[in-house]
Amino acid sequence: MIRDAYNRVFRWTQGMGRLTLFAKEVLCSLFGHRTSGHDLTYQLYYLGVKSQAVVLVTGAFTGMVLAAQTYFQFHKVRMDTATLAVVSVSMCSELGPVLTALMVAGRVGASLAAELGTMRVTEQIDALRTLATHPVDYLVVPRLVAAHIVMPVLTLEAIALGITAGYGVGVFLLGIDPAYSWYNMLKHTDARDLAIGLIKAFVYGGILAIIGCYKGLTCREGAQGVGQATTEAVVYASIAILITNFFLTLVLGTLLHTL
Amino acid sequence: MIEVRKLKKSFGPNLVLDGVSFGIEKGESLVIIGRSGGVKSVLLKHLIGLLKPDAGQVLIDGEDITVMNERELLRVRHRFGMVFQGAALFDSMNVAENVGFAFRRDRRLTEKEIARKVSESLEMVDLPGIEHKNPSELSGGMRKRVGLARAIVYEPEIVLYDEPTTGLDPIVSDSIDHLMLRVRDRLQVTTVVVTHDMRTARRLGQRILMLHDKNIYAKGTPEEVFGSPDPVVKQFIDGVSDERNLQS
Repeated sequence: MIRDAYNRVFRWTQGMGRLTLFAKEVLCSLFGHRTSGHDLTYQLYYLGVKSQAVVLVTGAFTGMVLAAQTYFQFHKVRMDTATLAVVSVSMCSELGPVLTALMVAGRVGASLAAELGTMRVTEQIDALRTLATHPVDYLVVPRLVAAHIVMPVLTLEAIALGITAGYGVGVFLLGIDPAYSWYNMLKHTDARDLAIGLIKAFVYGGILAIIGCYKGLTCREGAQGVGQATTEAVVYASIAILITNFFLTLVLGTLLHTL
Repeated sequence: MIEVRKLKKSFGPNLVLDGVSFGIEKGESLVIIGRSGGVKSVLLKHLIGLLKPDAGQVLIDGEDITVMNERELLRVRHRFGMVFQGAALFDSMNVAENVGFAFRRDRRLTEKEIARKVSESLEMVDLPGIEHKNPSELSGGMRKRVGLARAIVYEPEIVLYDEPTTGLDPIVSDSIDHLMLRVRDRLQVTTVVVTHDMRTARRLGQRILMLHDKNIYAKGTPEEVFGSPDPVVKQFIDGVSDERNLQS
């Protein structure tokens, strides 16, 4: 049993070490090589434009549910008009970036791992290498840059739609006073809340792209290997996003709110 | 030109190459034969640095590539072209993009020049005018030929073939053999072919190495190897199974 636990810790440490070396390779490539504009544009379209629907639906319904739940609690203490302020602050700094990242990790993280994993098992990655092309330069860097760019944009959309949808539910369905709601929302929502959300989104973009690509490029042989890499990419990216969220909340909250 | 010294490779606890040594001269045509799963492809991938050995050296013109990192290897790989067993065409690209891939990454040639080189290369493998087809629209033989066109388009000094005729019918295999001979003779390239197809080995090989039991078991000219009285060599060449093979 101790041996088993030791092996698990050893494998985990080894995996983290490899992931760190991979991230270092990506970083060197990012600043040392020119990324093709064509490849980057395609990835912006694939990661960004094609994720619109899932992100917008997530943002809208999260805002609506949050407005309803907050209203039910605040109504008991007659604080109805503070409902939208809670929706706004939560969407900007927490729910917007985290839920967007989790949804994109499910869609894009899985897709990156499956695409690169299939390329690996069909020897297309080896073919790239024989054509004197580094797989990190050609496959990873455009996806990473695109993920860093699209995540803040998608998060901004999710926040805007979440707040709008929450406003709609609060004002038109639950009968909250629109003028006071609007006033309280603007009073309590700070530009720093939005900045925290967008910085988080930028970081999550990097996490899901790095983990998705790493899992794809290191997947084991066969259909089972690709399947496992895809599952692990989503699970690990989601867990990494949730853990990172805690530390980012502490660090950014402390930094930005003391400014 | 290529020298392999005491190469050892294991996958986990399985030792697959145990001190393999041989050399390949410039312009030579070497065929490596051996049983399926006999790690011929593993050996081939060491020659271009796709795999790192546990011990031993692979020298390309005296330069040891086993100590190079992936970026240093890119420079060496400019001298190689490789044809994969399953062709390994990029399925997100059409034939022209596959064949011209290295030129587009290089950015030294104009689109017009790339198109001309791609067209010439496809003509060399008897597939003119298929530039706009996708890999999924091609037959197995056509995919192999496009893989060959991609490998030779930037005129490498060394071409590696990994099981070029596996999975093809005898007539298509025959045409692939002729193409490999044409490429070898026209481009004057050093050729290394891994195969278990005896007809291909006989046609292409100026020298044959037989891998058996983790090492080189037999070597020589095609006449010497095909005329060998050794029972292991003879059994492999004649394709005769024994009781143990039937059970396994």
